[in-house]
Amino acid sequence: MGKLIVNYSPHILHTDTTQGIMLDVIIALVPVSAFGIALFGPYVAAVIAVCIVAAVLSEYLFCKIAKQPNTISNLSAVVTGLLLALNLPPTFPLWMAAIGSAFAIIVVKQMFGGIGQNFANPAITARIMLTVSFPEAMTAWREPFAWLNKTADTVTTATPLSGGDFTPMRLILGQHGGCIGETCAIAIIIGGIYLLIRKVINPIIPFTYIATVGILAVAFGENPFIWIFTGGLLIGAFFMATDYVTSPTTRKGQLVFALGCGIITALIRKFGSYPEGVSFSILLMNILVPHINSLTKNKPFAWEKANHGKKN
Amino acid sequence: MSSLRQEFSKGLILENPVLRLVLGTCPTLAISTAAINGMGMGVAATLVLLGSNVVISLLRKVIPDRVRIPAYITIIAGFVSIVQMLMKAYLPTLDKALGIYLPLIVVNCIILGRAEGFASKNSVLASAVDAIGMGAGFTAALVSMGIIREFLGAGTFFSLPVTSQFIEPIKVMVLPPGGFFVFGILIAVANSLARRKGRKPVDSLGCHGCAGCEACPAGQSEEGKLNE
Repeated sequence: MGKLIVNYSPHILHTDTTQGIMLDVIIALVPVSAFGIALFGPYVAAVIAVCIVAAVLSEYLFCKIAKQPNTISNLSAVVTGLLLALNLPPTFPLWMAAIGSAFAIIVVKQMFGGIGQNFANPAITARIMLTVSFPEAMTAWREPFAWLNKTADTVTTATPLSGGDFTPMRLILGQHGGCIGETCAIAIIIGGIYLLIRKVINPIIPFTYIATVGILAVAFGENPFIWIFTGGLLIGAFFMATDYVTSPTTRKGQLVFALGCGIITALIRKFGSYPEGVSFSILLMNILVPHINSLTKNKPFAWEKANHGKKN
Repeated sequence: MSSLRQEFSKGLILENPVLRLVLGTCPTLAISTAAINGMGMGVAATLVLLGSNVVISLLRKVIPDRVRIPAYITIIAGFVSIVQMLMKAYLPTLDKALGIYLPLIVVNCIILGRAEGFASKNSVLASAVDAIGMGAGFTAALVSMGIIREFLGAGTFFSLPVTSQFIEPIKVMVLPPGGFFVFGILIAVANSLARRKGRKPVDSLGCHGCAGCEACPAGQSEEGKLNE
């Protein structure tokens, strides 16, 4: 006789796993990382490796010490480390990168209860912590391909957001100063499209966010092209603002969230003392997510009729 | 004698005013950027607490119940003025570092909390011991926060350079966010120490976390919980 299983619904489970989603994100980040290494040299590979190893090690040790089930196999620590590395300047000291990774995992993620419980995106928060702590190291931009020129491998340059003249082609291909993973727009967009096709992310947040920044750039009399294709906007919009844990659950809420991110980014870029505002805007909106969620709750079908029948 | 020792030791961990009762958070976060500031603030508050607890305990049968809060504040303000004048005269640099937080000891809820919750209904000796214990707990919390934040954020230990020459310090630790990081982690440590002694962790700023609990009707009704 066959075994009869009696259980509560749902009876059909989706085959997505945390590990599978994280693997998709890692695959989507491969072109960005590859372009970063090509543009800024082999040292960048070391930064990426240190960030990933430090993140996984921190999670492993924290779970071990706090006697919690070990969660390193779901690859979320790898994603956090990789995203953080891509948000660092190409000459960033390795020990500072390791501190950032450990901070992201231990303070921002594990201390709030681990994956799914953190209220802010760990990589974004760690980036801000590093920006505030090590302002010089965090703004040491390098000229792309300078590493190929053996005589002058420390050519420093400015990010286009703080001034300078750039042709659109150079911006799209990433031939300008910036963080490891934020300069090459093409690679980020390829990764973003991969995530959209795999349905890992939905298009509401990235497109609303980028469009808001573009429109506000025009409104402020700035060049929208430079605003969209430089700085951390693309990588932030596709990979950081779409983090499941720290973005709203409803479509309406995601729209509000992305609009807020876009407005804060534009305001910081136009009026703030920092040239870039993507990380601050995402962190600020992360904090508002619980409120956005409760204010944009979907009403059940016919709820209004049942409760306010007299209106109709 | 053993009860006096208990009155003293409870302030260190089990009822540590900062880490277990979550009182006096404002000066704690603001001045713990350096260990020496934490020490100065802790000692100043302890002196005020000792003076006010003793005087309020002496006057506890004289002060009418309806005007007790203004009376307590007046007594506390008197001691704060004395401490402030002494500090201005003998430790002017520390006085500058503590700034507005020194006169603000007047409205520090730890001191008013001990006046209301302990000194107003206990003997002079017990009140003095309670003040020293609570003051020691406050000082210990401030100094440990100051040591951690100063070491990580400036690379120094009581202003002596330790790692500041060869490692760039993590500046965020001496900025307000760093204060909250260290504060949260130390609360967790204090909770875990207290749990080892069989006490519940402080998981919210609920009614029973309040220092005025013993005097408050709402607290009295569920007093059993507090005394567990």
